[in-house]
Amino acid sequence: MGKRALVIGIIGLLLLLAGLPGLVNRLTHGHLYAGYSTPVPWALWVVLYVYFSGISAGAFLISSMVYVFGMRQFERIGRLALFTALVCLLTALLFIGLDLGHSQRFFLLFTRPSFTSPMVWIVWLYTVYFFLLLAEIWFVMRPSFVRGGEGKGFKAGLYRFLTFGVRDLSPRAMERDRKIVRILGTIGVPLAIAFSGSVGTAFAVTVARAYWHTGLLPIMFLVSALASGGALLTTIVAFVLPNGLGEHREEVIGLGRLLVLLLFVYFLMEIAEILVSLYGTVPAHFIPIHDQLFGPNWWIFWILGMGMALVGPMLILTFLGRRSALWTGIAGLLATIGFIGIRWNIVLPGFAVEELPGISKSFFEPHWTYGLYIPSAMEWGVTLFSVGVGVLILALGFGLLPLRAEEAPA
Amino acid sequence: MLVETEVKSVTLQMYEDLDRALKKPLRERHWGMVIDTRKCVGCNACAVACKIENKLPPGVVYNVVIDEEFGTYPNVARRFISRPCLQCQNPPCVPVCPVNATYKRPDGIVVMDYDTCIGCRYCISACPYGARSFDFGNFYTVGQTPEVMPWDVMPSFEYGEEQQRDPRNPWRSPIGNVRKCHFCLHRLEKGMLPACVATCIGQAYIFGDLNDPESLVAQLAASPRAIRLKEELGTEPSVYYLL
Repeated sequence: MGKRALVIGIIGLLLLLAGLPGLVNRLTHGHLYAGYSTPVPWALWVVLYVYFSGISAGAFLISSMVYVFGMRQFERIGRLALFTALVCLLTALLFIGLDLGHSQRFFLLFTRPSFTSPMVWIVWLYTVYFFLLLAEIWFVMRPSFVRGGEGKGFKAGLYRFLTFGVRDLSPRAMERDRKIVRILGTIGVPLAIAFSGSVGTAFAVTVARAYWHTGLLPIMFLVSALASGGALLTTIVAFVLPNGLGEHREEVIGLGRLLVLLLFVYFLMEIAEILVSLYGTVPAHFIPIHDQLFGPNWWIFWILGMGMALVGPMLILTFLGRRSALWTGIAGLLATIGFIGIRWNIVLPGFAVEELPGISKSFFEPHWTYGLYIPSAMEWGVTLFSVGVGVLILALGFGLLPLRAEEAPA
Repeated sequence: MLVETEVKSVTLQMYEDLDRALKKPLRERHWGMVIDTRKCVGCNACAVACKIENKLPPGVVYNVVIDEEFGTYPNVARRFISRPCLQCQNPPCVPVCPVNATYKRPDGIVVMDYDTCIGCRYCISACPYGARSFDFGNFYTVGQTPEVMPWDVMPSFEYGEEQQRDPRNPWRSPIGNVRKCHFCLHRLEKGMLPACVATCIGQAYIFGDLNDPESLVAQLAASPRAIRLKEELGTEPSVYYLL
């Protein structure tokens, strides 16, 4: 694990450094050099926030198959799923935190919340989820901390510290831990469903944007969370774990089976949304879909969305992935990348229609650009930085934490 | 028989209406506007007056004259719709705010609390009329021309407080906040009409208390010519248009 973790860590560090100028610009000049504008107020960072928070919920729900529903076939990747959920949550929060106009006032979300806002539901649910995730990870890893803390060196010292003095490995203590993990996981399942659904609800409640204002959207968020979480997990198990394709062949193929089902359900929902909106003549429904399919960003829909995230992986998983961990891994990788396109096309087409006819051509001011949104260099910088931070935390986990339960599971 | 009618200046009547409304308790007022599209010539004086009154930087737009063209040359027509914030009685921007930084006052005006707004821009997404702007921190002359013009860094007096934008500190409000039209609340409280209303060359803007049946604005809002924008969304705007 050590060498791999180092390589991942270096990749993360390089990403972080590459994006550092963007972050510095964001911190010193605020949003002045942003490509988003008032007519397109939510853009790349919101897309990636939705993407990473979705993966977090998805990975967590997959971990619950082990810890709540007792599906032993995924036992060996349970810890990895939990840790992936944590890393992606932190990455998502970094994105959305930097997206705020006054990031330093985030605490107001706790001190003077307005519970009519779905954004508050999300934030409060995240907070509970975050602590629950930490607790669950600790209980799951505690036996490894105790055993690993017996030797000498930095890692053993770290593990001794991380036991927080709870060193009891008797069958009774282990049984108690297992119960606690099951309870935490059981609370976590509705929590993860609620928060990924709430992110969808935050978009869906805006009557001003007909494209989002559908009852299906929160459900689509949930399904895409599961699908993208499953896809990233498949990728990590297949290509990042040492000898993942060999040693973890069963898990990879099992995840692939789950993935194909989730992708298919999402595909159906997507088709339903498109057909219903495209059939009519209501501009607010029609234009966002039409622009996605045939506008200048057609490739995001056709290549990233349909090709890489949905149809491609579904075909690969159906015809090649049933017996091949390699193909399943490739399908997972394609879907992981492709889902960024799906998320993009959830957020940005919402701003495709001018609020009042003619307003887009009535005046010209900076940061009032209707139409095509192109992320600025500053936005790309912050994006590289935030992803770099996520990759770096992942590498630290790989290097230092017992992500694989080598010994008989607790 | 001759019917004797007293013809009063529209401006004078609006000021009388305003005085009457200001004597009532806050919650009994309902500030509203009627904009007569037949009197609008598209001169943009309202939009400019708004920019000046509120010292609005580039990119922050409270009032805009929407300019639409119809037909093909030579059979063409234009239509102007000036759009301040419509001060909805059922404002979609308010419930989505996560920190109560935007709220509806008892007199119907939807205001912003600059010191609370976290800049999440949810209200911008939620507004069906494009009436809100994010303050990205742009200036007209700072960093643009060798000499910084004094008017570029002057404070505005929105909400009756000195709102000083600082070119060197993007973390200081109102930079980084969402901003919107507030019917020039700071002027209203001093008995003055909103800048756009006071400046309109064709008196297309009628302002006053919709709760006062004697007021000009209430009488015109009851006209069969009056419509409200996107009525079907149930937002109940306080701004009416005469077609």
